[in-house]
Amino acid sequence: MMDAEELRRRTRELLAAHPPATTDRVDFLRARFDAGLAWVHYPEGLGGLGAPRSLQAVVDTELEAAGAPDNDPRRIGIGLGMAAPTILQFGTEEQKRRYLRPLWVGEEVWCQLFSEPGAGSDLAALGTRAVREGDEWVVNGQKVWTSSAHIARWAILIVRTDPDVPKHAGITYFICDMTDPGIEVRPLRQITGEAEFNEVFLTGVRIPDSRRLGEAGDGWRVAQTTLMNERVSIGGMRLPREGGMIGPVAKTWRERPELRTHDLHQRLLKLWVEAEVARLTGERLRQQLVAGQPGPEGSGMKLAFARLNQEISGLEVELRGAEGLLYDDWTMRRPELVDFTGRDAGYRYLRAKGNSIEGGTNEVLLNIVAERVLGLPAEPRTDKDVAWKDLAR
Amino acid sequence: MTDLLYSEEEEALRAAVRDLLTDHCDAAGVIARAESETPHSVALWKALADGMGLAGLLVPEELGGQGATHREAAVVLEELGRAVAPVPYLTSAVVATEALLECRADDLLSRLASATAIGALAVALDVAAGTAYQVVRFENGALHGELTGIADAAVADVLLVPADDGGLYAVDASAATITPQVSLDLTRPVAKVVLDGAPGRLLGDAEPAVRRALRAGAGLLASEQLGLADWTLTETVRYLKERKQFNRPVGGFQALKHRLAQLWLEVVNLRAAARNAADALSRGEDTDVAVAVAQAYAAPVAVHAAEEALQLHGGIGMTWEHPIHLYLKRAKADSIAYGTAGAHREALAELVDLRAP
Repeated sequence: MMDAEELRRRTRELLAAHPPATTDRVDFLRARFDAGLAWVHYPEGLGGLGAPRSLQAVVDTELEAAGAPDNDPRRIGIGLGMAAPTILQFGTEEQKRRYLRPLWVGEEVWCQLFSEPGAGSDLAALGTRAVREGDEWVVNGQKVWTSSAHIARWAILIVRTDPDVPKHAGITYFICDMTDPGIEVRPLRQITGEAEFNEVFLTGVRIPDSRRLGEAGDGWRVAQTTLMNERVSIGGMRLPREGGMIGPVAKTWRERPELRTHDLHQRLLKLWVEAEVARLTGERLRQQLVAGQPGPEGSGMKLAFARLNQEISGLEVELRGAEGLLYDDWTMRRPELVDFTGRDAGYRYLRAKGNSIEGGTNEVLLNIVAERVLGLPAEPRTDKDVAWKDLAR
Repeated sequence: MTDLLYSEEEEALRAAVRDLLTDHCDAAGVIARAESETPHSVALWKALADGMGLAGLLVPEELGGQGATHREAAVVLEELGRAVAPVPYLTSAVVATEALLECRADDLLSRLASATAIGALAVALDVAAGTAYQVVRFENGALHGELTGIADAAVADVLLVPADDGGLYAVDASAATITPQVSLDLTRPVAKVVLDGAPGRLLGDAEPAVRRALRAGAGLLASEQLGLADWTLTETVRYLKERKQFNRPVGGFQALKHRLAQLWLEVVNLRAAARNAADALSRGEDTDVAVAVAQAYAAPVAVHAAEEALQLHGGIGMTWEHPIHLYLKRAKADSIAYGTAGAHREALAELVDLRAP
């Protein structure tokens, strides 16, 4: 069994063989992957060593102390957090070997072609079609809210392959090459002025059957793995006190006494307490994961942070008074990642509005908590046994 | 490093206390006793304090206690909160004990730990650590004065009384006149204490002892509030799965599901805050902030949980027979006990340097 001591030894070997100061960033990351120190809980040969997930911290601490480069996990978040665990669970050996290494190193960015104009919260209603022609599938349709599509090399894609069965049964999961003909990415300008998301049009895109993940028609089950990983990815973070969005507003409060009012003081203290408590809940969740007893808390973390981010950033705009009437920059840009701290309060306020929609709306998440955690009866569904093609649209 | 989980030993302690409460503290019994002359359950206290030795959790072993920490006491309080148990645990085994620990009053600590005496700090229940409290007059070796809002004084054997000379005095309860007040919380009643030349034994300085006692009281009260909120949520979810209207279980209606999911989220957060406060008290690190955060968060959540439970139970929630009212009364009283959420936020403003205008 791989223990902390053994991992520390291997990490030091890696550092000795590839000194960070004199090694090219990508070369170092490739060597780290090949040494099994990328994600230690993954299998050997796929960037891991089959070690307990909790021991990753041992490796990360050693590498950070040595000044080793990281793989910029924020920029490749979709690949790391969603595509990788899905490929690991449902991919063929060949798929795992082809995709996981460049994904982790960050040489290839991933995006997620799930949501559609008519299928958001009701994701399984999706209408993008794929029809089999020999060893290929021909895809036609439109996806939306696609972060990183403009820089992505690959996408995880779900499409309808059988319209004659109920909606959850006729879906298939693919890996889609974003450089293929027939794929058009159009920026979708948002409330903040920038275009962090995209619309993606798929017209006659041909995907070889070897890029299917899981069985044809079993894509909904595969997608569940992706979605579950999307929602828990937020809870694992370790934050210091005032580490989240409360940090900038607390700093402004301390540095700008002329902006303070009694009303804002009460609201700030209340939110400060709630932010601290949410941080503690995240820490408790992390400790549970390390102890091998994952709790249901993860289902609620996204809800808590969505509300807090919105309220705190809203307060910050008000606190700034006359400055709150201004905005830093409406230029249409296409950022590679969401930069909450590099922009002004107004940006944070507007961008945070998406926190209760993206990755599952608050309303959908509350249903999930109510049904899966509290065991309350499920919403009545009128579309359960109806073929997708017969659903009213 | 902060440990926010429960150890195996703590879970075993929880199971033992819960078993005992199942046998000795059913809701119907608590309701019946609440209306009587003796709202406290002496039998339950004996079983907890004498039988299980829980009154001495915070007392060192050499004084006959368990030498445990606030983490274990917090687990006991979670269970007592779940049962709105009418016992002086928080007031005697935590608050009075902490005051005596500060004064190093070994003989009294031994008596409290062995459950041969119940102690009560003679400071009104609504006072927060670090704020002003009432004192009595010390004159010619005797104590004179009147104190109101003293929780669990009705069952106390010894009162710990702060006097105007800055001392904290131990007064035998039989030397005082203790008159029950009509309390909002029937399960933790408050009383008026009148001292008319009562003899007192000087224990030490009142200020540090009272401060320490009230801080521990506030910090561990969060665990009681957690237990209380957890019970109201669990019970409401159970009821809403059974109760049918419009030919569907009421718990299947989205408007209600969302309210319960929201409440669950608050309880999950409260657990982290309460554990953090108990852990900070046990380690003596970051204690003031941890306690203030826990109390600023706990009180509104516990009240919200009890109010939601009442509303979602419909008509039955308004009746005397159903125990929800006990939980609501305890939750509302708890929201004032050892300082309101607002008082703790005010303390935080200083502690974390977010000062008022």
